[in-house]
Amino acid sequence: MASETIVSFQHVSMQFPGVLANHDVSLDIRKGEVFALVGENGAGKSTLMNILYGMNTPTSGKVFIKDQEMKSFSPSEAISRGVGMVHQHFMLVPSFTVAQNIVLGREPKKSALYDFRKAKAITENLVEEYGLQVNAMDKVADISVGLQQRVEILKTLHRGADILILDEPTAVLTPQETEELFSVIRRIVQEKQMTIIIITHKLYEVMAISDRVGVMRGGKLVAVENTADVNERILASMMVGRDVLLGQLDRNDPDVTDNEPAIVIDDLHVADTRGLPAVRGLNLTLHRGEILGIAGIEGNGQSELIEAITGMRGYTKGSVTINGKSIAGMNAGQVRALGVAHVPEDRLATGVSPAADVTDNLIVGKEKLPRFSLFKTHLKKRAIRQYAREISEKFDIRGAGIDTTVGSLSGGNMQKVVVAREFSFETPVLVISQPTRGVDIGAMEAIHQLIMDKRNAGCAILLVSADLDELYRLSDRLLTIYEGRITGEFTPETIAKTEISYYMTGGQKEAEA
Amino acid sequence: MSDLSTIFNIGLLQNTLRTATPVVLAALGCLMTDHVGMTNIGVEGMMLIGAFSAVMGSWVCGSWVMGLVFALAIGLLLGLFYGVFVIKFKSDEFIIGVALNTFAAGATTFLLRTLTGQSGTFHAPEGNLSTLPRLSADWLNKIPVLGELLNNNTLLVYVSWIFVFLCWLMIYRMPVGFWLRASGEHPESLRSAGRSPEKMQYLASLLCGMLSALAGAHLALGYLSTFSENMSNSRGYIAFACVIFGRANPPKVFLAALLFGFIDALGMRLQSVGISSALTSIFPYIGTVLMMVLVVWRTERRKKKLAQ
Repeated sequence: MASETIVSFQHVSMQFPGVLANHDVSLDIRKGEVFALVGENGAGKSTLMNILYGMNTPTSGKVFIKDQEMKSFSPSEAISRGVGMVHQHFMLVPSFTVAQNIVLGREPKKSALYDFRKAKAITENLVEEYGLQVNAMDKVADISVGLQQRVEILKTLHRGADILILDEPTAVLTPQETEELFSVIRRIVQEKQMTIIIITHKLYEVMAISDRVGVMRGGKLVAVENTADVNERILASMMVGRDVLLGQLDRNDPDVTDNEPAIVIDDLHVADTRGLPAVRGLNLTLHRGEILGIAGIEGNGQSELIEAITGMRGYTKGSVTINGKSIAGMNAGQVRALGVAHVPEDRLATGVSPAADVTDNLIVGKEKLPRFSLFKTHLKKRAIRQYAREISEKFDIRGAGIDTTVGSLSGGNMQKVVVAREFSFETPVLVISQPTRGVDIGAMEAIHQLIMDKRNAGCAILLVSADLDELYRLSDRLLTIYEGRITGEFTPETIAKTEISYYMTGGQKEAEA
Repeated sequence: MSDLSTIFNIGLLQNTLRTATPVVLAALGCLMTDHVGMTNIGVEGMMLIGAFSAVMGSWVCGSWVMGLVFALAIGLLLGLFYGVFVIKFKSDEFIIGVALNTFAAGATTFLLRTLTGQSGTFHAPEGNLSTLPRLSADWLNKIPVLGELLNNNTLLVYVSWIFVFLCWLMIYRMPVGFWLRASGEHPESLRSAGRSPEKMQYLASLLCGMLSALAGAHLALGYLSTFSENMSNSRGYIAFACVIFGRANPPKVFLAALLFGFIDALGMRLQSVGISSALTSIFPYIGTVLMMVLVVWRTERRKKKLAQ
């Protein structure tokens, strides 16, 4: 490996209003390496990389790319120096084709007109050169997330990038797509001498893909190591500043004296948004005092199942009974009234109102309680704020006061807002989906303990997660789901993760729950 | 039968073109801002001020050319004003639009009275106002119907047709059009490509201001040959409806505007056979409502199709 420095941060600090996002960071990235940048949410990884990509101008310090100092800190300057960035939220125009997105901003022209044929040819050349298969003429809105990411990578390559920043690239990918992405990364590093900087939460990915790893905590770069010299446990403790990696949760014996099931689902059929069958004849029973985990590759009907159970989506056939009552024809509010709280999978879309403040997000659903309103019309501001303060302290929502808009919180704290609101309804049934997606280890630890506490208190919990570690850690029982059906029932102690993935990809056991 | 032929004749089509043109121009402006993600209801006000500026320019300088120059210059200013407030100061676009419209109504009325001492409708004291020329080509007269229809229209009618094509060319066949659309659909994607979505939004507001003012100029110097208070008479809103109906695609928006023009012209024709003007004057608005019903119906149908 070449050890020539290609990017150099020198004493870089970034001060946002109220937050010191980067504090005196000095870091050298070497040409031709895969450098992983890890840290909890809000540790300053993305800020640092946004500086390199010219989206943020540092308050102090210097950045050198290929021995030249960055002057204006604009994306066009970064692009011209060969820096490309694949953002966590893709920078693609949905109604444009793949080719149109790739050449966006530097379109080929025939006199004054757009040369569509050349745009297509450029794309096809790139596809061939880098071996990233994608159809140039497909509309971006119509292709999968994995393919969209390829378009993003191709776009940066087209702009002449030889330093590629990937911001949490695997957060949206299936395990198989992740594997494909990694082989692409390995190939372009080897064949094209690209330099890759990858921001991630997932430590096993750091181990799998990177040559060196930098750990950020609280805006500071706390360590830079050769990946071969560290392991996941060491990295995790550096990230949080203490040894936390998957400690033991307090799990008491489930209180199963009350044998009445909380949720009974019989032969459920649910259609997805396009009207195609997503859940196809699913049965399950959830008891009080247990966590029932649903394991599956994303897109196998989990989302539709959860939406049907919580009244957000109708079902075409079968029955769902919650606390002894059928929910047929009920809306989300009516289902909640039966004693169900719901932590939705996409916190930004359905979990919070990003533009509203922490207080408002915490009070939603409770605003008509006599404690918070007079005659259900006049809000008692003081009581509400008092309550919001209590709750954010109890659930340890950090980083901001109760007047901050939720959209400006880090992913972990945003998720804590959702969890805090839903858990404080004190309902006997909890439906939880992807509780720690994109959340740092500290917040993950806290959320896991909160879920476990609910179980210990006798709640019935249905847990859907794409994270097998999480399911294994929390679940009393595990169901695998594949193409809208349950393909097996297990207890975490009796099945290895490698074996359960067989059932998640269509292997059949006795199909029962 | 004789009644029918007094309604449905070439004159009806000629009137369709005449009444549609201001809406076409304003809608072209409006669709520019629509593509960059701004909901601009201010075209109504821009149009009214454009009409006033055109008349004043023409009256003061004695030439319709100066009328157009005045209208375009003022339109540019209005577009800049709208852009600065919406893009730079991030004000609510509806509030700015409404502010612009009420300001336009008040300011033109006030200025008409202070500058000319007249109120209601402006009559040029020196006699005739210099208005837009009518264009004709002899060879076209040889073709029946078409000749009558296409000849003898005022300048901006033809210009508006050229603009429909140019706008389409710009939005769907030139890189700048893709930047415009990208800045409306996903501004950050454009920014990360090293181009400024704000610049595109300013470009759209400026074009919108000029096109809307030109719509007003046509209304005052081509269609009616005078300025009267509130003469835009909600055509800006109708243009806005046409943009939605034609999904901001210039040729489709053009057809929508023609449809509106037809309904309007039909209303005027019906007056001539004794149907109350109180009734016929609501035709364009009924037409607009029907258009919107169609829009909803269309999206619902597409949703259903997608679901199948």
